[in-house]
Amino acid sequence: MEERLRCLLIAGLGGDEKSYLAFLGQLGAYLRGYFVRRLTGFPGDVEDLLQETLLAVHNKRHTYDTSIPLTAWVHAIAKYKFVDFLRAHGRQAALTDTLDEESEVFASKQTEALEASIDVQDLLESLPNRYRLPILHVKLQGLSVAEAAALTGMSESAVKVGVHRGLKALMARVGGES
Amino acid sequence: MKTDELIVMLATGVSAVDRNETRRRFALATGLGGLLALILMLTTLGLRTDLAAALATPMFWAKLAFAVVPAVVGLIAVFRLGRPGARVGWAFIVLAVPVLAMWALGVAQLVAAPAENRAALLFGRTWLLCPLLIGLLATPVFILVLSALKDLAPTRPTLTGAMAGIASGAVGATVYCLHCPEMAAPFVSVWYLLGMLIPAVVGAACGRRVLRW
Repeated sequence: MEERLRCLLIAGLGGDEKSYLAFLGQLGAYLRGYFVRRLTGFPGDVEDLLQETLLAVHNKRHTYDTSIPLTAWVHAIAKYKFVDFLRAHGRQAALTDTLDEESEVFASKQTEALEASIDVQDLLESLPNRYRLPILHVKLQGLSVAEAAALTGMSESAVKVGVHRGLKALMARVGGES
Repeated sequence: MKTDELIVMLATGVSAVDRNETRRRFALATGLGGLLALILMLTTLGLRTDLAAALATPMFWAKLAFAVVPAVVGLIAVFRLGRPGARVGWAFIVLAVPVLAMWALGVAQLVAAPAENRAALLFGRTWLLCPLLIGLLATPVFILVLSALKDLAPTRPTLTGAMAGIASGAVGATVYCLHCPEMAAPFVSVWYLLGMLIPAVVGAACGRRVLRW
């Protein structure tokens, strides 16, 4: 895995979109297994943590040094995000394990129902601009990330992070209001 | 958002990354910090009046090396700690060399000196001020290095903070060498070291909070 992923990442760092897409895809599949093994207590959080980690890999890709084995780099980032996750959720999740699972089932049903009824615009208005504008332009108006970046004056990276974090914040709000 | 969608979004239109950029920025931050420390020393403390004569003594250079070695090693180690997965075990060995050498020299000087002179060798005339001034001169590099680390990805924040403290403390000590008139190895081996350790403790204490990403 090391050699193949390494080549893809290095090509990606050079600006090769196809290689970078393949790199993230294969890395995602690998990391999903990594987190599934470690998050046995909370399977519902695997995708969340995986996305956090992929976002971190993307945002910090300039710290990859070709003299470091790729697996060491990836594992260090994944472990950091994993520990971060445990710090944030550990205590609370340990206390309310079963409840959490149940409420998650409820939350997803209620979310579906609410999605239809709540006015997206109202929800969007409640977000800060760094989240609102990327979602508005990329997800609702269908512009490309580059176009949204040019329109808002944000960097492309900031637009991507904004879409991801903004959608997460929206979901949290919908869940919170129910 | 689905993970696949996230991946596609992240990869779409991805731009080439200049990997030397981080190195340049880090070098700039440390250079600027060192310069600020030098200006701070020159304007508030001033060069030691006998600097020209001191340059001819081996002890001046031993003292300078005691500060320069951890400054260089520490800065390299901090930069490496900013990159996930990089190893820094070697740095601790190299950092220990000047400390052990100065301790050995200090003990030798204390043993060789008559008993009534030993306190003077250890405390000099500025022992109280020395660690504090070194800590103060470390501040510009400390702050600039920590902010340069924001751009990197330290996965061991406590260690990284401590190493940033050692490095900036050592830069502060290097600059302080040009002011400080103390020339006894026992003095340097204790108070200079303490001056470098103050920012190291601060860095270790605040690393996890300050270096979060």
